Amino acid sequence: MKANFKYNVVWLIMMVAGFYLMNTLIMIGVIDSFIENMLVTIGINIILATGLNLIIGFAGQFSLGHAGFMAIGAYATAIITQTASTTGGFYVSIFIGIVVAIIAALIVGIPTLRLRGDYLAIATMGASEIIRILINNMKMTGGAAGMFNIPQFADWPTVYIMVCVTTIVIVNFIHSRAGRAVKSVREDEIAAEAMGINVTKWKLAAFVLGASTAAIAGSLHASYLQTIAPNDFGIMESISILIIVVLGGVGSITGTFVAAVVLGVLDTVLQNFGALRMVIYAAALILIMIFKPTGLLGTWELSIKKIFSRSKRKERVES
Amino acid sequence: MSKLLQVENLVKNFGGLTAVSNVSMHLDNNELVALIGPNGAGKTTLFNLLTGVIPASSGSIVLNGDNGTYPLNGKRAYKIADMGLSRTFQNIRLFKELTVLDNVLIAMTSKFKEGFIPTIFRFPSYYRTEARLVKEAKKLLAIFELEDDIDVLAKNLPYGTQRRLEIVRALATKPQILFLDEPAAGMNPEKIANLTQLILKVQHSFHITILLIEHDMSLVMNLAQRIYVLDHGSLLAQGTPDEIQSNKAVIKAYLGEEA
Repeated sequence: MKANFKYNVVWLIMMVAGFYLMNTLIMIGVIDSFIENMLVTIGINIILATGLNLIIGFAGQFSLGHAGFMAIGAYATAIITQTASTTGGFYVSIFIGIVVAIIAALIVGIPTLRLRGDYLAIATMGASEIIRILINNMKMTGGAAGMFNIPQFADWPTVYIMVCVTTIVIVNFIHSRAGRAVKSVREDEIAAEAMGINVTKWKLAAFVLGASTAAIAGSLHASYLQTIAPNDFGIMESISILIIVVLGGVGSITGTFVAAVVLGVLDTVLQNFGALRMVIYAAALILIMIFKPTGLLGTWELSIKKIFSRSKRKERVES
Repeated sequence: MSKLLQVENLVKNFGGLTAVSNVSMHLDNNELVALIGPNGAGKTTLFNLLTGVIPASSGSIVLNGDNGTYPLNGKRAYKIADMGLSRTFQNIRLFKELTVLDNVLIAMTSKFKEGFIPTIFRFPSYYRTEARLVKEAKKLLAIFELEDDIDVLAKNLPYGTQRRLEIVRALATKPQILFLDEPAAGMNPEKIANLTQLILKVQHSFHITILLIEHDMSLVMNLAQRIYVLDHGSLLAQGTPDEIQSNKAVIKAYLGEEA
């Protein structure tokens, strides 16, 4: 237990150091508003993709409906902060977005999670389209035109802290008894059930947790960009989150971080290439998939614990 | 005294095919019973019915366990596992991409319900339970001489060791009844002798009831106190090994009509 405390402190120091590094870089002007915008987008994508990686990589449920839950969070924040325009209102809106996303995930998940593979992908894609079309046709959400002038409460520190919080929640979930149960469902449902694992419950748990982090990302997206429309949350958004997960490595949270950063930077750099942008982007994806089909990092994870124990072993060998 | 597991008139139809028809059987405390029969007799289907992998068409299964009497038919497999029925699989179904230790820990997990908040925020109680579970799992693995392999992925173990791990995993759920589906499949005589010792050891040190499906007659005749013979989905005979060996109907089912 003391050992675990040590690793947790190292992680905490890294998070705080990262925060101050970025803060300093912004203050001395190395990071301008253009790069800051890129970093916030990367942060939001990290939140979305770690949640989806939990569902796909650890629970083994192929979901293509992540953008739907993101939309729920985004619209919850947009609607609530336009009437209650305070920081408190913003956090209340995140909370309400999470609650609605959990309810939606339960409604979608209970009937669809008994499906497998491609069937589940199509069902979740359909569910997310239903959410989008509902939003498209409601008065409260501004219809197809979307919502404008959403007050901005999400700046980069908010996003940074949210990335840390959601990652801690998801990583701790994965490396716990709950996470083990979820992984056993991925490995073999029949064997898991025979060992006393309630397969339906754990599939739903992973799905709901992934959906609620997507709602947080949606809230940050709406509040940072200040403008949202139903079409932002279509199938293409779900697929671009999926691309991050697959590119980083299905089953590697570290990989998701790396892929989100790589794609975010690539996307920003390619904005100078005009029409060729999407061609180069697609070519890069194809090349990575050809030479590294398991994603950039496969299932490898960065672990302070492993680094510590490795250096200890080395010392023992040398002495 | 009532039987530990009482099965009455169990039937399973797959469309027009009756895979298991009117099987009645029982298991006593601390008994080692074998279930034999030609290929396709419905042995594995019967196992799947008893452990809830597939639902029965009709009939009843009643457990008179340590915690009272429970009907098991219609219950989901994980509930049945919780009540103390555990099993291995004919074609090994380990969690292949997970370590040996994780395989065993997962089987222990269902008995330890913990809230979402203590898990996510790693309360001291979480670490305490975790440390206790790991210790227990290592102890169990040591009994089966798997303590050196705890960090190996299950898929990288040799075949015989995988079978052994499956038995350990089933025992980790703390069962009252252990179902072994062809534990000796694909093993040579020397390995089978080892396995026979292992099964005896399991029964003696864990005080559990074992029902095993097996084709290897040396193993069955050495181990079983009673034998059920299944043929074409129905019980053909039951009795002690000696009775079964001299039973005309059994010989006929296995070897065909006398010329």
